[in-house]
Amino acid sequence: MTIWFYGNQDGINTDMLFPGKYTYTCATADEIKPHLLEDLDPNFAQSVQKDDLIFAGKNFGCGSSREQPVLGLKSVGIQAVIAKSFARIFYRAAINQGLLLIESPEAVDAYSPGKPVSIDFINGRITVGEDTFGFPTLPEEVTAIREAGGLLEYTRKFLDSRLKNT
Amino acid sequence: MSGMTFAEKILARKAGKTKVVPGQIVFIYPDHLLTHDNTSAIIGKISKDLEIYGLYNRDLPVIVLDHVIPASSDKTAKGHHSVRKFVQKYGIRNFFDIGRGICHQVVLEEGLALPGQVVVGSDSHTCSYGAVGCFSTGIDRTEAAALLLTGKTWFKVPISIKISLKNRLPATVSAKDFILKLISDIGADGADYKSVEFHGALEALSISDRITIANMGIEMGAKTAVFPVDEVTEEFFRHLNIDKNSYDPIWADEDAVYERCLTYDLSEIVPMVSKPHAVDKGVPVSDVLDLHVDQCFLGTCTNGRVEDFRNAATLLTGKTVHPDTRLLILPASRQVLSEIIHDGTLTALVEAGGVLLPPGCGPCLGAHQGVLAPGERCLSTANRNFKGRMGCPDAEIYLASPETVAASAIYGKITDPRTV
Ligand code: SF4
Repeated sequence: MTIWFYGNQDGINTDMLFPGKYTYTCATADEIKPHLLEDLDPNFAQSVQKDDLIFAGKNFGCGSSREQPVLGLKSVGIQAVIAKSFARIFYRAAINQGLLLIESPEAVDAYSPGKPVSIDFINGRITVGEDTFGFPTLPEEVTAIREAGGLLEYTRKFLDSRLKNT
Repeated sequence: MSGMTFAEKILARKAGKTKVVPGQIVFIYPDHLLTHDNTSAIIGKISKDLEIYGLYNRDLPVIVLDHVIPASSDKTAKGHHSVRKFVQKYGIRNFFDIGRGICHQVVLEEGLALPGQVVVGSDSHTCSYGAVGCFSTGIDRTEAAALLLTGKTWFKVPISIKISLKNRLPATVSAKDFILKLISDIGADGADYKSVEFHGALEALSISDRITIANMGIEMGAKTAVFPVDEVTEEFFRHLNIDKNSYDPIWADEDAVYERCLTYDLSEIVPMVSKPHAVDKGVPVSDVLDLHVDQCFLGTCTNGRVEDFRNAATLLTGKTVHPDTRLLILPASRQVLSEIIHDGTLTALVEAGGVLLPPGCGPCLGAHQGVLAPGERCLSTANRNFKGRMGCPDAEIYLASPETVAASAIYGKITDPRTV
C-alpha cells in the first residue's frame, strides 16, 4: 500500500485532479485513469495501486462539478482520501460513487513518511503511527447510499421495490 | 424559537416541514434539473434503467448544449447527437440546442429558475440563480442520472453566512470587483457547504450584477449564494412576461441565526484582479499594473451579459486593441448577442479589434477555442483561474471585471480602468 501525501497542499481542485479539457471526451474508467491527478502529480496515474491512500490539505476537490476524478479514484481502488476538509460537490460525488472520504485535519498533520496508517470505518477512527483520531461518520440516510454500492444501485433498489408494490 | 435563514426556510417548505435545523437531512423534489453537454454521459449511465423504469417527468430536465459548440471533434459531435435523440424520444420540452447560449444564462432568460424554487444542475455554477431568490446548487452526473429516474434527492440543511451591503459601487468598479474581494477575504473554502445570503443596500445592484456575484458563490465553496426578491427582481421577470403572481418568493426571518455576519461598504471597493492559480488570490489592480497580457477575454456565464459588453465598449469605443494582445468576445446567449448587435455595442468592440465567438462556453474550459500556449497570460472575466483551466497547464489566467479587461486590451498590459 502506497500513501500519496499532498497534505501540505490546500485547494487541490478538479482541474488538477482531472483537467477540464478531457471532460467531454473521457467518461469511462479506462479513459479517465491515464489522466488522474495529471496536473498535480504526473507519477500518480502510472503507479497507483489498489488500497492506496491519499492525504490532502483543505478544500480537496474544489471547483467544477466533475465526477471523473471520483470515478477514477474509485476504479483504481483507492481505499480512502484523508483530507483536512473537502469541497461540497466532490464530497457528494464520493458518496454517490461509494468512495470513502475521511475528514481529519489532525490525521493529516500527524502523518509523516513511514508512519503506518490504519482505518476503522465502522467506528470512525483513523490511526496514524501511535495516535488515533475520530472522524465524523455519515448520517444514516446517506450511509444507505454507500451501503447499496452507490447512488445508482440505491436508486435501482428503490425503483424495483416500487415496481413490485404496484 | 428563533427564525430561519433563507436556506432553512426554503428547504423546510420544499420538504413539507415547519422547521428544519442545520445538519438535518431532507428529501426534496427539485423544480428543475439542468444538464448540458454532459447529458450524454448522464443518460449513458442509465440507458437500460430508462427502458425499465422510464423518465420521472419530462418537464424536470432542462438541457442546454453549450460547452463545446459547435462540436469540435467526432467525439463531441456524437455526444450532442445522443442528447438530441434522447430529447426527441422522451419529448423533453426545455431543450436548447447550440447557439442559444450558456446554460445558466439560458435558464434565467427562459424563466426556468424562479424565486422560491429549488433548482439543481450538473454544473458547479448552477448557484447563479440565487440572483433571483432561487435555491440552486451543483450536483454530480450520477446524482443527475438518479434524478432523471426518481425526481428526488437529499440535502443537508446548511448553516448560513449573512453578508450585509452598504452604499453603492463607485463608477468603473463593478460587481465582479466586489465578489473577487469577498472571495479573497473569506477564502476558497470560506463558505464550504454553507448558504451565503446577501442583505442590505441591494437596490443599486442590477440582476446582471447579482448573477455575477451568485455565480461565483461556488468559488468560496458555497452551496448556494442568494439575494432577496425586490423591485429589481420583479422588473427583471416583468420583462420576461412573468407575472409576480406566478412565483412565490421566500426570504430569511429577521431573527434568523447565522454562523457569521460580515458587512461591506460597496463605495470602498476598488478594481480587483485575481492572480493564478486560485480565485481567492485577489489583489487590487494597482498591485499588478503593467503586467503584459497575451489574451483578453470578455464573456462567460460570469460576465457575458449586455451590461458587461456595454461597459467594456464605453472604454474601447474609438480605440484599438493593442497589437501585442488579442481580445475575445463571448456573449452569454443569443439574446445578449442580438441586443449588442442592435445597440451598436458589438460594432464598437469588433471595430476595436475584438474577435466574436458563438454564444456558449468557448475558451472558458479549455476544451476548444482560445486555448493558451505555454507561458502565455490571459486576463479574463471568467470565474476560475485554475492551472490548466484554459487548456494549458503552463499558462497563467488572471481574473478581472469587464472594465479592467477592456482597459487592459487597449494597452496590452494590466490597466486600471479608472485611469483610461
Ligand atoms: S461559461 Fe465557463 S464557468 Fe460558465 S458554464 Fe460555461 S464552462 Fe462553466
